[in-house]
Amino acid sequence: MSEMNQAMIEKYRSNFLQEVEANVEEGHWVKMCMQCGVCSGSCPMENNWDHPPQELFMMIRANKRDEVLSSSSMWMCTSCYNCIARCPRGLPITHIMHGLASYGKRMGLAPKEQPTVKFGDIFWKSIVENGRVNELKIGVGLYFMNGFVQGIKNALAGKELGLAMMKTKRMNPMEYFGGHKCKDRSGIAKMLAKAAEFEAEHVAKFGK
Amino acid sequence: MADMKIGAYICKGCGIEDRLDVGQLVNTAKRDGKAAIGKDHEMLCNAEGVKMIQDDITNEGVTHVVVVGCSRRAKTEAFSFEGVHINRTNIREGVIWVRPDTDEARETTQEMADDYVRMGCAEAKFSKVPASSGEQGLTRSLLVVGGGLAGLTATIEGAKTGYSVELVNASGELGGSSAREYKRIPHKNGLQGPVDNDIDQLIAAVNDNARITVHLNTTITKTDGAPGRFSVELSDGKSLTVGAIVQATGSKPYDMANLPEFSPENPDVMDQGQFEAMVKANNGAIKKSDGSDARNVVFVQCAGQRSEKPGHLPYCSGHCCMTSIKQAHYVKAAGGDATVIFDDLRTPGATGEDFYRSGQEAGVAFSKGEVASVKAAGGALEVGYTDKILAEESTIKADIVVLATGQIPNSGPNPYLPIELAQAKEDKDDALVAKIEAELEVQPQPILNLNYRQGTDLPHLKHGFNDSHFICFPYETRRTGIYAAGPVRRPMDDQQAVEDATGAVLKAIQACENSALGRAAHPRSGDLSFPSFRKDGCTQCKRCTVECPFGAINEDEQGYPQYNEGRCRRCGTCMGACPVRVISFENYSIDTVGQQLKAVDIPDEFDEKPRILVLACENDAYPALDMAGMNRTEYSAFARVVPVRCLGSVNVIWITDALNSGYDGIILLGCQKGDNYQCHFVKGSEMAHIRMSKVDETLKTLNLEKERVGTYEVAITDVDKIPQIINDMEKTIGEIGMSPFKF
Repeated sequence: MSEMNQAMIEKYRSNFLQEVEANVEEGHWVKMCMQCGVCSGSCPMENNWDHPPQELFMMIRANKRDEVLSSSSMWMCTSCYNCIARCPRGLPITHIMHGLASYGKRMGLAPKEQPTVKFGDIFWKSIVENGRVNELKIGVGLYFMNGFVQGIKNALAGKELGLAMMKTKRMNPMEYFGGHKCKDRSGIAKMLAKAAEFEAEHVAKFGK
Repeated sequence: MADMKIGAYICKGCGIEDRLDVGQLVNTAKRDGKAAIGKDHEMLCNAEGVKMIQDDITNEGVTHVVVVGCSRRAKTEAFSFEGVHINRTNIREGVIWVRPDTDEARETTQEMADDYVRMGCAEAKFSKVPASSGEQGLTRSLLVVGGGLAGLTATIEGAKTGYSVELVNASGELGGSSAREYKRIPHKNGLQGPVDNDIDQLIAAVNDNARITVHLNTTITKTDGAPGRFSVELSDGKSLTVGAIVQATGSKPYDMANLPEFSPENPDVMDQGQFEAMVKANNGAIKKSDGSDARNVVFVQCAGQRSEKPGHLPYCSGHCCMTSIKQAHYVKAAGGDATVIFDDLRTPGATGEDFYRSGQEAGVAFSKGEVASVKAAGGALEVGYTDKILAEESTIKADIVVLATGQIPNSGPNPYLPIELAQAKEDKDDALVAKIEAELEVQPQPILNLNYRQGTDLPHLKHGFNDSHFICFPYETRRTGIYAAGPVRRPMDDQQAVEDATGAVLKAIQACENSALGRAAHPRSGDLSFPSFRKDGCTQCKRCTVECPFGAINEDEQGYPQYNEGRCRRCGTCMGACPVRVISFENYSIDTVGQQLKAVDIPDEFDEKPRILVLACENDAYPALDMAGMNRTEYSAFARVVPVRCLGSVNVIWITDALNSGYDGIILLGCQKGDNYQCHFVKGSEMAHIRMSKVDETLKTLNLEKERVGTYEVAITDVDKIPQIINDMEKTIGEIGMSPFKF
């Protein structure tokens, strides 16, 4: 990851906007922002993020690469689409937010302690292992993502619900040990390997 | 007029009959108003009622029609009779709608209506039907001064209507600053980015048009006359006769030498004009002063503009954002990087927003910030600015910095400065004298060289621009028949200049056509009346020639006023100014108002029925009173409202007469005065305020309280405020007591 990060820095030197345009989903829209701030005013997560969307766009133009990619802002996005609906310039802001989050993650710069980032990790791990999501494992993973003691506390707090789900056969505790897997796990593995190959090619070509 | 015959027609419709004794009104008209014919009608404005009046005009020889009913602002089509004087006595909006329908109020409401009938008849009695003066014929020829984009547009548009156009251009080449552009901003589809400069097509069209005569390297040495008959002398000795003039002398960039913080002495710091010229000379290549290619160009918006700092322009020049986007396109097209540092990016016009997008699409960086400094740094430039989004101080390197310094109008000298200087000297205001003298030092050369009593050129509105009033006078200047177009009128871009020039030339044609018929220009469009003066009474005091807001009046060798009817806007400010009351219009004179206020029945001091004279400006205050009526806002039954053309036409004799005849209070309602004036005649309201400030003396000699006369600035929207002013006056009279001058 950090190799890729280094490569990108090298390639784009001081032009982070170009890097975003080449590598971030819908990144070519960033330059069209006219800084009106309607997105920031429309966001239900106001007061919770480090930087409002329009400020992030300005930071991209001002070459603040690390600050942007390690920002927690885009991880806070709830995909309510208010900003897209309201942007007078028609920027797909929600998509750019997700694009930036994803790119920050690929560059290894995503904030480590951010809950959404952690959830993403757990989800991905589950998918890669079994070719499908193991809900119990994800649930337990989330319970314990902030340490063992907190995990026990979380589990006790959700005890009633868990027992009720087991009683009604909505949850099988045995799933935790192995659990369902997809039919062709090796196929999935191959597919992902191929995707990683494409990604490597992409990096080698540095975007476009 | 020996065969004058007044016909008074009282309408019973709209509830008038229910509220008033119409029979009594008919009697009042006949007995007090000396109306030869007095009739009432169920609904005067219907076909039958109109026919009744028309029949009396045709068969009975009625010359003065007094229509008693709704306001003069209603039913104007119905009551438009040819060849007679028409008075509209307002007892609907002015009486029944502003009074309560109660038994107690009935008596005073009837008195109000009776008074208005008397006033209407008195006004009619002293009015004549104005006729065209025939002072000038139809001159189907225009003069356009300035051959830039606005001037060329005015010229070609004027010629298209069939008028012949004389185009005078000071330089040897047409096109002005537009000819110096490498590319221009598109008029349609802003997304396409800059398009080829096609001013040469317009120049060719002007040169090829048989109706157009182009005078290059020529200036104007003298302009005399009035709309319809301007005689213009040119520097090459030619003389022209034109009906109207369009001044499109354009603008120049503000001198960046005034902005030392941006290193104007550095050859790679340019204003927009210099940058444009450099790109044009290099056919699109962006070169530094040393001839090397420039990679990074930074555009500094609002450089010395929209700022109250000394040496800066306080206004927005309107075109610079679009121009910078266009020039940033040049940089991107040449493979460089362009950054525009703006505070507010303003992109007016239908294509503006799309043109901004085209810049963004091309990869121009737009940064919201305020530039503090431009410094030379190691063979390049360093721009220091405050990033307003990220709230931090920042710097950016540049090979070339372009300053958007804004527009300065190419106006002639302010014609009022010498007059103001004389006044300041008379007032012994040394500070003001010094200030005006300093301003006079830097005044530009005259352009029109008007042979007017009030100076050589168009009056300035603000910052040297030749505008007049953006709402009340679209396109008009304060010199009738002369229209400023393009950035000499107000800051603007190319497209606005084209629109402006098209509008101005149509106004100029209208001025020619109107003056041929003896009709007034805006705002009293179509008015045939014009001022005349009784020479044997004139004391040559020159007050009318000085106070005319439109410079319409010259002086002859003996100091008598010389009216130029075509230049006159018919406001009557001269009539209000005249201390010996020798100036009058056919249908608006000292008598038409003076006799109205004398026609009012003044009850005995002990009747507890005061009388309040309200002189209301017909443009704003009177319509506001009408609207108060429509809203059924009640006001004092003791008020008698007389509409006046402008508060400036109010002669002090009316005030003195009113006080002498026993009025208890007088209210003057005019428009906002001062720098942000809303007076339709520019100075009228201001003049009235000055004159009324001297009424205190009169009040003192009559031993009357000064509260009895109040002058107010109101707007057409003051629908609730004006009735309040009237009611407050009634209250004040209640406190200070009735006037002792009742007989």
